[in-house]
Amino acid sequence: MALAETNSTSRTHNAQDRVWFERIPASYWVVGIVLLIMPAFASDFALYQVFGWTFILGMISLSLMFLGGYGGMVSLVQMSIAGLAGYMVAIFGDSAITDISMGWPWYVAIPLALIVAMLFGTIVGSLAVRTEGIYTIMITLAVAAAFFYFTRQNYVVFNGFSGFNGVLPPDLFGVDWRQSKPFYYLTLFWAAVAYFSVLYISRAPFGLALQGVRDNPRRMAALGYSVNAHRIAAYAFAALIAGTGGILLTWQSAQISPGTAGIGPAIDILVIAVIGGMSRPIGPFIGAFIYVLLKTFAIDVLLSVGLSGERFQLLIGLGFLAIVFFSPDGLLGLWDRWQDYRKRDPLLDRGEDMR
Amino acid sequence: MRAFASRHPGWTIVILLAVAVLIWLIFAIWPKGLVDVIGRKKVFLNALFNGITLGGLYFLVASGFTLIFGLMRNVNLAHGSLYLLGGYIGYFVASSTGYWVLAFPVAFVLVAAVGVLMQIFIFRRMEGQDLRQTLVTIGISIVMADLMLWGVGGDFYNITPPSWLSGPMETLLVTGVKRSSGDLIYLKYPVVRVVIFLASVVIGIAMWLILNRTQIGMMIRAGVDDRDMLSATGARIQLVFVGVFAFGAGLAGIAGVVGGTFQSVAPGEDIRFLLASLVVVIVGGMGSITGAALGALLIGLAEQFGSVYFPTYAVVLTFLIMVLVLAFRPQGLMGRS
Repeated sequence: MALAETNSTSRTHNAQDRVWFERIPASYWVVGIVLLIMPAFASDFALYQVFGWTFILGMISLSLMFLGGYGGMVSLVQMSIAGLAGYMVAIFGDSAITDISMGWPWYVAIPLALIVAMLFGTIVGSLAVRTEGIYTIMITLAVAAAFFYFTRQNYVVFNGFSGFNGVLPPDLFGVDWRQSKPFYYLTLFWAAVAYFSVLYISRAPFGLALQGVRDNPRRMAALGYSVNAHRIAAYAFAALIAGTGGILLTWQSAQISPGTAGIGPAIDILVIAVIGGMSRPIGPFIGAFIYVLLKTFAIDVLLSVGLSGERFQLLIGLGFLAIVFFSPDGLLGLWDRWQDYRKRDPLLDRGEDMR
Repeated sequence: MRAFASRHPGWTIVILLAVAVLIWLIFAIWPKGLVDVIGRKKVFLNALFNGITLGGLYFLVASGFTLIFGLMRNVNLAHGSLYLLGGYIGYFVASSTGYWVLAFPVAFVLVAAVGVLMQIFIFRRMEGQDLRQTLVTIGISIVMADLMLWGVGGDFYNITPPSWLSGPMETLLVTGVKRSSGDLIYLKYPVVRVVIFLASVVIGIAMWLILNRTQIGMMIRAGVDDRDMLSATGARIQLVFVGVFAFGAGLAGIAGVVGGTFQSVAPGEDIRFLLASLVVVIVGGMGSITGAALGALLIGLAEQFGSVYFPTYAVVLTFLIMVLVLAFRPQGLMGRS
């Protein structure tokens, strides 16, 4: 799964001698610059609805990718953690439901929301790590369902079925963050932070130990690593990313309700991660982009082939099935295979030792 | 039983006491003080009966799920979709022919056929790839849910039982005393739920007998324990797999008809019952029929009592049971570690 690391290290073994910006691959520069100057030519709708949403879903999905790709634990609870963070911002901060919302300032409400989300993620994680593989999926799915039904039935804290509306980002630096351009940069910034922190952690000792735990827990335990502690810490870190995504998601639609973190959205997050590919942190963002494009433009596509626009779910499902059938590691897997195929030198047969 | 009692004397006393209290609660006429504390006996008995019959329904869904998992390590997350499909088939058969009883065999056969197709075309290609199976079945459940929504729309359908099964029946259980005349009031309970519950008990016992007393059951149990060894002995394991998958899927189909009669068939029920069966098999233990029965009863009761006595936190009660079981017996109540 961890293909990118070996690729880049073998290519630049004298990387330490070079200036830091020379070590960054060209594609990063291109993508970064395009993303930064995007507001110059993209419409407000594309900025807010397509890219903003892509970055948010990508972040939540990234937290799943981190657990699944580096930790070997597929957790379906990430959307609930995101939802909880959104709820907490609505409850501690301002919303239109004034008799529940406490109206605390943002510098209290947001950290508190993230802490609660992390706590929740850690608790669920410590439950989930008692099991492995399929059982983890089942338990996290059951927790996600419990969260959904609980928020729907609880009116005292979570305001039941209708949830909270009017949850707006704080008015910071005199900018209205719900305008499309500021919101685009806001989500881009946090998505980039999440992306690079996952990238960093995956190469830091903790991330390497986590990948060791994924590949051979018994061996890591014999080496003196605490397997469960690493896994639970991974859940806590993933919860932080998912929580940040959840707060942004709540701001984007200005509301949070049980439906936001239902079972459907929880599975969508998995679908996004799998379609993009769970081998590298960029996968979830690719998956999220495709998902958002499909969700936004599916109606036109479906109408053009003579179906009604409601069949979006069918389209996603079939696409997902096709990906799982032909490339279990998602679009990134397809891309890697194509790269390998192209790079293979018939004389040296380097296709093999690239791994 | 005796071994359990000698190993855990404390637990045995607790369980016996609980059973004694329960029996007293069911058969005695409640004193006024008790009624003041926890409400009328009729409510309690109804919750108890609803819980047990709901447990029967959960057992039908979860036993198929756990059987497939236990033997083939196939995680069929499309099991809820099979349930919903069975419900729709049952509704259309029952409403078009007018024979409610006919809905069961038709739903069983058709859904079992879908199960066979899934086994042959999907699971056989991905043997031993747990995660991929999970993902594929999630994909299938998304597609099936949307196809069914497309086909029959988002309406609620109720499968009406025939006249000889509808309406309440008198039971021998006393719910209270009439204040005016001093007559005893007996509990009335829907016949159809009792009949269906008895049917699911019969199915459960039959499954247990087949698994424990017949040659094919021996093969299935051997396959659960050591699949490679069973195939090495020359058993036609692929045939057994297809058979078990068909049977498990068929059970989900039957459960769909039952669920449509108890409650209703509608989009979204597939996920509800998938989750219910997940929780049931997590609580009861993977691959164990007795575990499925115990878990189904526990979850059914928890759901009904929860929704009667503390409605806001009913879901949390179910979840709490799961967490407690996981914390103390991660392999489930009847599971083997």
